[in-house]
Order: sequence, then C-alpha cells, then structure tokens
Amino acid sequence: MSGAPIGFESTDHPVLAIEDLTVSFDGFKAVDGLNLYVQRNEVRVVIGPNGAGKTTVLDLICGKTHATSGSIRFNQHELTKMSEHEIVRAGVGRKFQTPSIYENLSVFENLEMSFPRGRKVLGALLFKRSPDVVERVETVAAEIFLQEHLYTQADLLSHGQKQWLEIGMLLMQEPELLMLDEPVAGMSVSEREKTAQLLGRISQGRSVVVIEHDMEFVKSIAHKVTVLHQGKILAEGSMEKVQNDPKVIDVYLGH
Amino acid sequence: MFNVVNLASGYGQSAVIHDINLSVAKEEIVAVMGRNGMGKTTLFKTLMGILPVRGGSISIDGVELGAMESHQRVERGVAYVPQGRMIFPGMTVLENIQTGLSAQARGKVPDELYALFPVLYDMRGRKGGNLSGGQQQQLAIARALATNPRVLLLDEPTEGIQPSIIKDIARSLKEIRKIRALTIIVSEQVLSFTLEIADRFLVIDKGRFVYEDTRANVDAPTISKYLSV
Repeated sequence: MSGAPIGFESTDHPVLAIEDLTVSFDGFKAVDGLNLYVQRNEVRVVIGPNGAGKTTVLDLICGKTHATSGSIRFNQHELTKMSEHEIVRAGVGRKFQTPSIYENLSVFENLEMSFPRGRKVLGALLFKRSPDVVERVETVAAEIFLQEHLYTQADLLSHGQKQWLEIGMLLMQEPELLMLDEPVAGMSVSEREKTAQLLGRISQGRSVVVIEHDMEFVKSIAHKVTVLHQGKILAEGSMEKVQNDPKVIDVYLGH
Repeated sequence: MFNVVNLASGYGQSAVIHDINLSVAKEEIVAVMGRNGMGKTTLFKTLMGILPVRGGSISIDGVELGAMESHQRVERGVAYVPQGRMIFPGMTVLENIQTGLSAQARGKVPDELYALFPVLYDMRGRKGGNLSGGQQQQLAIARALATNPRVLLLDEPTEGIQPSIIKDIARSLKEIRKIRALTIIVSEQVLSFTLEIADRFLVIDKGRFVYEDTRANVDAPTISKYLSV
C-alpha cells in the first residue's frame, strides 16, 4: 500500500477525551484506567492482541456498554451519562465488523434512509425526497466510490462495496467522530487502497478511530497508533515508534 | 504427488474455473494468489468435493478422487481449512480436534499437534466460539491435521488475524510439512504471508492460472499487479 497519511493539525482541545476509564465484567477489568485523547482531523488506529479491550472501548464510547468509572468527553458532552441514540445524535457514528446494510434496498435508498431528517417518527412519516436529500446522497455516493451504483440493489455489491456503503450511511449523518471496527477485513488489495484514501479524506473536519490488524493498511492511514494490552495502553505514538517498541513486538507483532 | 489435470467447475450456469493444471510434490508449499471472485475458494471446494467436478481429474499418488464424496477424500488424505475457519463454536477445543481424529479412527490427540499449537492445549476445555480469531484459525488447522492428511488446503488463513499469530502459523506450517512430508496449498490475496512460506507461486485470474514461478524467481511486483487491479 502506498502513500503516507495526510497530516493533521492538532489543537489543544481534543474532540474526544477519555479519562481514567474502567469497565469490569464480573471483576475482570476489560478496560483499566484508560486515558485517550483524539484530535479533530486525526485518524487514530487502535491495535492490540485479541481480548485487549479494543472493541470494548468502542462499545463504551457509543454507549453500548456502560463504564464502571471514569469519563468520556466528546465536545461538550459527557457520553457515559447518555443513551446510545443520544450519543448518535451528538455526532458519534460507528461501523461494526460485518456490514449491516439493507440488502434488498438500493444504494440510493440505503443512503437516503440514513439522512438525519427521517430519524424521528414524525420526520420519517413526513420525509420527502427533496433536492437537498438527493444532492447529499449523490455527494456521499461519489465519496464512497458508488456513484455508478446508486440504483444497484445492495446485495449485488461486492463485500468491499458493502463496507463502503455502510461508511456512507454513517457519513449521511455527518458525524464528528467516526469509529470503524476492522473495516478492511476480507477486502481485496485495491479495495484496501481505496479505503485508505477514503479514510484520509473523511478525516478532514472530523475524527476517525479505527481498529485494524492489517499493518500495511494501518501504516497507510494512521496519524497516531494506540496499542492496547489487557485493558491498558501499552504504547502510543507514530507507527514507526510503536512498531519498534519491544513490548509491542512481544505481545502483538511477533518476532 | 497431488495432481490436478484440466479441472473445471462452477455454480449453476456459470463456469468459474477452467483448465486448472497443478502438480504439487510432498513437502512442497504452493501459494494460489488472486483477488476476490477469481476462483480461489471455488477451486478449493472442488478439490474437496463440496462442488462437483465438471471436467478433468484430481488424484493423489495415482488414485482418482474426482468422483468421491468429501469424506472419502478426507480418508484418502485431503484436508481443508475453509475461509472463515468454520470451527464448531459450541464444542470445546478438544472436541473440535476429535472431529478430525474420527476420520482416521484414532482416539488420542497426537502430541505433535499440541506442540505445534501450545495455546490449544491450554484452551482444550474451552468452547471454540470463545477463542480469538487467531486461536480459532490455529484450531481449524489442528482439526485438519488431526485427519492425518497428505494434502492440506488453506483458504485465506491470515484474514483478520493479528501479526504475531500469522507469524506463529507460518512457523507451524513450515515445521509440519517436514514432519509429515505434507503437501500444502494455500490461497491468499496478501503477499507477505505467502512470501514467508511458499516454494511456488501461482496467480489465479478469472478462473485460470495466469502466472507461475518458484520462490527463487518470484516476481512480487507482477503478482501485486494482479492482486490490485
């Protein structure tokens, strides 16, 4: 995979500030006193062995799992006190490992129904396919390489295209924080390269947090890498720094 | 010697693989590289008897397998680690391995399997579904090896697995092919892993082999080009 990640300008005010976050399941601390700060325009990749707590951190941010203690600040919001749908409305979008799209609807319809106006009952009932909706769908479709497939039924898309469609459904909601769990698993080499471009582009003006095992892909997208191990940060910094860290080699990269 | 001659197969009205010719020796590891949809899994399913042969032949040391059921091919020495691993999530690690042993009517798990994958010994009482992706992949390989195969087919074994376990799997495969004089055919679309283990490289494109070379002469940029079209 070629091309270094597009740089980002950090500010002193992180968009996402996780402090002293702990969650225990029956006494087992899946996340243990975690501190993590993500800036605007940043692509942060979280790596680590299975069971390190990567997915649990995303679950905590999006409200699927409740913290035992600690705080998750996102802009002005304290996410640990909010419900899942409130967190979505505050601007957090998450993509799970397997694509969850509406297979019997077209690409256009999948994107259209993700438009925020149709979110509440009344909004959904009175929803109209107005020109601004169409324009937004077309813009997002172009961004996710599906402009030629707007009227294709989603189940006819390749695995990679389905993954992009789900990212597009999140983009329709213009989240400020986008979280992606293993977005390139099962993708072809060219789909991986395009996904790297896509993430570089969509990180402009927002923050992106990615969990991924494919190191070539991580290298091509990460501004900063956080390595989790047993619920704690084992190492953090540039890909190069993390890659040469003996502790990371021991538990994750291998000898 | 594992021999495939003019093999053809497909689904319904679509022919997916055509004129596949392949001879793999004992102790040899061959990589079949190709993008999604080019025929890698179809080839393996046909070799394994999950899809019927539409033309050509498959044989081990002169014994024709093409007309046999999958389980008969396992008895003759072909084992398959499918993409996505397909371990039995509700069964323990030990029970998963025992399903492989039953093909050879052997009761005890050979020590060398646990020596190859020590983590499976530590986790032998756990449910397969509670293992991590990398551990499940090791279990799927161990289950296949428990059938005492002469030919091992691995379909995209590194997908979604952490780097250190990929390295462990590469080491284990290189070791076991020597111990067992095993023929290994592995499909991948990521080159780094196969560059680590394969003696020979083939590229499958639209159901046909379009490139072949040995480890000494392998042209990685050319293979990458096929993979990234």
